[in-house]
Amino acid sequence: MNKKQKKVLVRILIAAALLVVYALVPWEQMGSYGPGIKLVAYMVPYLVIGWDILRKAWKGIGNRQVFDENFLMAVATLGAIGCGIAGTGDYVEAVAVMLFYQVGELFQSYAVGKSRRNISELMDIRPDYANCLVDGNWQKVDPEEVAIGSRILVNPGEKVPIDGIVRKGISTLNTAALTGESLPRDVVEGNEIISGCINMTGVLEIETTKEFGESTVSKILELVENASSRKSKSEEFISKFARVYTPVVCYLALALALLPPVVLWVMGEAPSFGVWVYRALTFLVISCPCALVISIPLTFFAGIGGASREGILVKGSVYLENLSKVTHVVFDKTGTMTQGVFEVVGIHHNSMEEKELLRLAAHAEAHSSHPISKSLLKAYGGTLEPTILGSVEEIAGEGVVAQVENKTITIGNSKLMKRYHIAYTDCHSVGTIVHIAVDGEYAGHIVIADVEKPTAKEAIRKLHQAGIAKTIMLTGDAKNVAEVVAKDLGIDEVYGELLPATKVEKLEEILKQNQGRGKVAFVGDGINDAPVLSRADLGIAMGAMGSDAAIEAADVVLMDDDPLKIAQGIRLSRKCLRIVYENIYFAIGIKVLCLLLGALGIANMWAAIFADVGVMILAVCNAIRALWAGK
Amino acid sequence: MKKTYKIDVDCANCANKMEVAAKETKGVKDATVNFMTLKMIVEFEDGADVSTVMQDVLTNCKKVEDDCEIFL
Repeated sequence: MNKKQKKVLVRILIAAALLVVYALVPWEQMGSYGPGIKLVAYMVPYLVIGWDILRKAWKGIGNRQVFDENFLMAVATLGAIGCGIAGTGDYVEAVAVMLFYQVGELFQSYAVGKSRRNISELMDIRPDYANCLVDGNWQKVDPEEVAIGSRILVNPGEKVPIDGIVRKGISTLNTAALTGESLPRDVVEGNEIISGCINMTGVLEIETTKEFGESTVSKILELVENASSRKSKSEEFISKFARVYTPVVCYLALALALLPPVVLWVMGEAPSFGVWVYRALTFLVISCPCALVISIPLTFFAGIGGASREGILVKGSVYLENLSKVTHVVFDKTGTMTQGVFEVVGIHHNSMEEKELLRLAAHAEAHSSHPISKSLLKAYGGTLEPTILGSVEEIAGEGVVAQVENKTITIGNSKLMKRYHIAYTDCHSVGTIVHIAVDGEYAGHIVIADVEKPTAKEAIRKLHQAGIAKTIMLTGDAKNVAEVVAKDLGIDEVYGELLPATKVEKLEEILKQNQGRGKVAFVGDGINDAPVLSRADLGIAMGAMGSDAAIEAADVVLMDDDPLKIAQGIRLSRKCLRIVYENIYFAIGIKVLCLLLGALGIANMWAAIFADVGVMILAVCNAIRALWAGK
Repeated sequence: MKKTYKIDVDCANCANKMEVAAKETKGVKDATVNFMTLKMIVEFEDGADVSTVMQDVLTNCKKVEDDCEIFL
């Protein structure tokens, strides 16, 4: 609790204690001065607890803020005191209303402060310093002052301040704050390292590759801090409602104080002004909209906080709301549902050991910069021996003929095989087929393909389980490849061989079909996905591997590139929205009920203030539940 | 031009009132108050003098909610 809150707490305790003591005082036995003494005595706790509200109300009148809640509270309680003087002699009510109002305000400011701190701790990835090598000494400097190419030292327990490459040391990194992934990641010399991770075991020396401002950690902080500048529809509804609600209730109160007595008087009955004025004052107590207004943004805030803990960055409450309404999910293929790296996925019809075939293939392709040669080398796993490689002849668009260990290796596509009249076996697998012949004899073929992410299939299943109407894949890749991948993953519809521009057209078609029926989300990663990401109702970008342009254009960023997070995010957003609606219906429902009971004279001021504060406390507790949504 | 300011205010409804007050200030094109992050994002009209406009915003906000602060 801060100083302000502690002061209020002390005032609450004093006023409450005085009320208890006064309840034991036999006012009636004090004779004719009794009522006067009682009034003065009760004014003490009333002023202790309510002086600031009275002061604000007074200032509010000066600024013509009649529907200010301080003003309403002041009118209600002063009115109650007036009723007491006029007849009932009961001042407890006025003090109690003020007291509970303050208790509510205190609870609200405490709860909000607490969740603010909680959530900012979740996102506490900002490094305070960097150990930078300056003139041969390690010095603690501001991360912003570290230039590209500097050497920085990260000790165990410290945050990696800037993106870079590990030059010395082996360690394990905790990336939970960034990706929500609790499994630690190992790094060795030569690995790239992103800022925001926590170094757990060994000392690392890192060569920086980016400035602090361009590093992952700054980018993420920027996203989170600038989040929610656009408000969700529910938030806008509630602030509009609050703007209308208070004046309406006040006019109703005025009508309640005047109309029934006048009607009764016209009908020739006793107008009983006191009763109706009291009921009107009860209205004023209920007129404060704070329970409503606080719980909605708090829910969204907690929801966004909970999501970022899971590695799902949502750029604002409006996007969380849209996410909950998604019915169609459109995917990009490469890098989104697949790893985006080409790997050897099969070796067929081989006449020699797989390892041997790969060794020959890797050597023959050693000089090529084509991605295929890289994947061959990766699959081979060993180191290249340049001495065994003789002459190399490259045939553009077909392949390579190379001398390796004095054997003629012919490696390439079917065209190359035809050219040299080598009988080859066709492959029915999807991917790039690399045929190999040794000294003119067919030795088999290697299939190289982009591999699906391990969680991709599960992700689609989870999406369908979550009630997503349709999953669609748009890709620039060949149609047959796209179709096989889509079928394997269980994606409903697929469009292949799309250019970036036609991707946008296709998406617009899908958007048009679903206008007014639900939101369409697009999940992508590449630079050419940026236009589609911003065009969709909701753009979801793959964060760690995705391009900066895609991350900027997107509304939701998945930090660890795991497509499973899409379904998790949707589940989380739905829970958050459910809490929002619960709070809206609950708070408005209780208020309307209290207004009705108040008008009929069943609910008195006590009930009104209890309902008001109680609803607020329950709504706030319910809102905080959104932090743990989606588990 | 958009600028973000840190603010201090105690209740959510007051934050909404500040938002309306800021929006109605001359020279302000649009304004958003985020109660949870205690930030005010102000979009200025072209050619508006930021510091005088913000002074007006502060005065107007003080009118609707005495107990608020904008850290300029």
